Amino acid sequence: MSRPILLQGGRIVDPSSDMDQAGDVLIQDGKIAGVGRGLKAPDGALVRNVTGKVIAPGLIDLHVHLREPGNEDEETVASGARAAAAGGFTAICAMPNTDPVTDNQAAVGFIVRQSGRAGLARVHPIGAVSIGQRGERLAEFGEMVGAGAVAVSDDGKPIVSSHLMRTALEYARTFDIPVADHCEDPTLSAGGVMHEGLVATRLGLKGIPAAAEEIMVARDVLLAELTGGHVHLCHISARGSVAIIRDAKERGVRVTAEATPHHLVLTDVACEEYDTHAKMNPPLRETMDVEALQGALKEGVIDCIASDHAPHAYDEKEAAFDDAPFGIVGLETAFAVAHTDLVGGGLFTLPELIRRMSTEPARVLHLPGGTLAPGTVADIVVLDPAAKWTVDPATFHSKSRNTPFTGRALTGRALLTMVAGAIVHDVESPPAAQA
Amino acid sequence: MSLGKDLTGLEHMTAEQIRLILDTAEPFKEVSERPIKKVPALRGKTIVNLFFEASTRTRVSFEFAEKRLSADTVNVAATGSSVSKGETLVDTARNLEAMRIDMVVIRHPSSGTAEFLGNRIASNVINAGDGQHEHPTQALLDLLTIRDKHGKIEGLKVCLVGDVLHSRVARSNLWGLTKLGAEVAVCGPWTLMPRGIEELGVKVFGRIEEAIEWADVLNVLRLQLERMEKGFIPSLREYYRVFGVTPERLERSPRAITIMHPGPMNRGVEIDSRVADGPHSVILDQVTNGVAVRMAVLYLLAGGRAELADAAKGGSE
Repeated sequence: MSRPILLQGGRIVDPSSDMDQAGDVLIQDGKIAGVGRGLKAPDGALVRNVTGKVIAPGLIDLHVHLREPGNEDEETVASGARAAAAGGFTAICAMPNTDPVTDNQAAVGFIVRQSGRAGLARVHPIGAVSIGQRGERLAEFGEMVGAGAVAVSDDGKPIVSSHLMRTALEYARTFDIPVADHCEDPTLSAGGVMHEGLVATRLGLKGIPAAAEEIMVARDVLLAELTGGHVHLCHISARGSVAIIRDAKERGVRVTAEATPHHLVLTDVACEEYDTHAKMNPPLRETMDVEALQGALKEGVIDCIASDHAPHAYDEKEAAFDDAPFGIVGLETAFAVAHTDLVGGGLFTLPELIRRMSTEPARVLHLPGGTLAPGTVADIVVLDPAAKWTVDPATFHSKSRNTPFTGRALTGRALLTMVAGAIVHDVESPPAAQA
Repeated sequence: MSLGKDLTGLEHMTAEQIRLILDTAEPFKEVSERPIKKVPALRGKTIVNLFFEASTRTRVSFEFAEKRLSADTVNVAATGSSVSKGETLVDTARNLEAMRIDMVVIRHPSSGTAEFLGNRIASNVINAGDGQHEHPTQALLDLLTIRDKHGKIEGLKVCLVGDVLHSRVARSNLWGLTKLGAEVAVCGPWTLMPRGIEELGVKVFGRIEEAIEWADVLNVLRLQLERMEKGFIPSLREYYRVFGVTPERLERSPRAITIMHPGPMNRGVEIDSRVADGPHSVILDQVTNGVAVRMAVLYLLAGGRAELADAAKGGSE
């Protein structure tokens, strides 16, 4: 086990106990050993002065795509976990749309082993809902959970059959895991490449109407109500979806939801000049949608922020808008983008943002972390909320560079990321230099 | 005033630039009426006509324009492969650049491809139709034809009829007409109207009878037969019954209405033969003007000065 670490003189923000105070955090044996003022460093401890910085539970991302197995040139479990650590994430959840699909216990176990070998941010696998993500037969949830899966999802594809969604929700209850759904009615979205609206009309691009998402959100909520299962709605983009989720939560339906940093700050205007780095699914929508998402995240109607980190090889996006793949990377910009716009914009306090990026995601999937309570696992991030930097994809640890935020001036950055008390990212010195 | 490096669409052009092209086309009209239809304005220039989508009229029109200006031309008909159209396009751009050409005329089934190419090569790029985005030279020839017929564009009421949703001709016309001061309307079934069209400052007519009563000019768009297969309209028969431009309907027009069509026509679907061949039709004038407009665009992009266009055609081979 690594040597004890004392983080000294920081601003301690722990949304799990509504703590926001100056003090020290002591980490010993991979756990949080103490939180308070004037803590003594044990013998041999590494002491880090973090005056003016924020000590918070490590960020947790419920939705990333690592391309291993299948497209290791775009991302691997290790490179994704490295990018996550650099972004302040101590845990990320890997979607199963790999090649082959992560739809059985052996495939799930492979992700767990690769995560262990990397020894960086924790990578929790999400298993497929259906075998091969074909939307036909249920995958073996029980065995996948036994191997380490924390949820099931056919993400990348919607679960088209309402019957399959119903049985998945019912069956998942047995293992107390949610079914995470990518809400999209494919008959409405077919051929679409961006939000259906005025910008698409001007660019002559086929649109995806907001209703394609809203219809499936409504269906999923009804099925969660019918079955008593827990549905987690991925990357919500439309204001109509927000209204449906709010209503469902008021009725006590077991529904949770996430929004991405890009849907929280960008609109379809980013697609102007056919910028393929603004092509993602669901698409960027309109200002009213962005405002609704921000408000919903503030209220808790949307529970958390997730990046939907989707790496693609550099030349895949170098194409006609119709031909480019959907998706952008997000792990290394998620916190700073959200911090710059939501906290910098005055809508969120820093503790509120950390709640949405750490404590709440941990709660949604019952993951370790999300708290600084003594005795819990030492998954911690030290943030510099004042750090100003400009996004340069060439500096990413991810193997891919597809971001719409290139050149954007951001404020806020992870300085130090620690998983189970071991430093996995340190701006001041690379992890190898640590004892 | 110049047009810049490329002609990718009318949306981002100024009224002055559009007028410049129309005015420059005037002296070039006469070249096509000569027994020897050739002037040396673009002698020594190399132009590639890069067509990723089938086209007869536009390609031939460009080719005549190029040849009548004495350019050296090559036609490349690349039917886009479904898997890697994008890759092909990047590689095509690099290969063309490596061959030191001067201009590319591109037609592509995906929107934005002319701009994509223009941003990656130093040669001039002319959009001959990109997906459902723009077809600027078609709109320019439409504008020239309207100006010929009515002596002006400002203040005229022009209605685009039919499949506006999928039409690059409609988008380019909308921008060009609006910039030159015409009032623009669209008419067609709601299934073929793009989202937010009203916000672009155009009137929307649900019925062809209303459009005919309102308009000075009807520009009747081609209805692709696949629109029926994809379920946008129930049948061609019904489309003709509800939206077809027929002599009977035109009789209700309070003024001498002008009928245009970018071709190729589906006679008996969007337009009745008696209208297409009738006294209101300027459809063949559009085709004739297409060559002059394209000569003007090629000449101006190659750095030719508008005031010298007349002189430029003067030289003999």
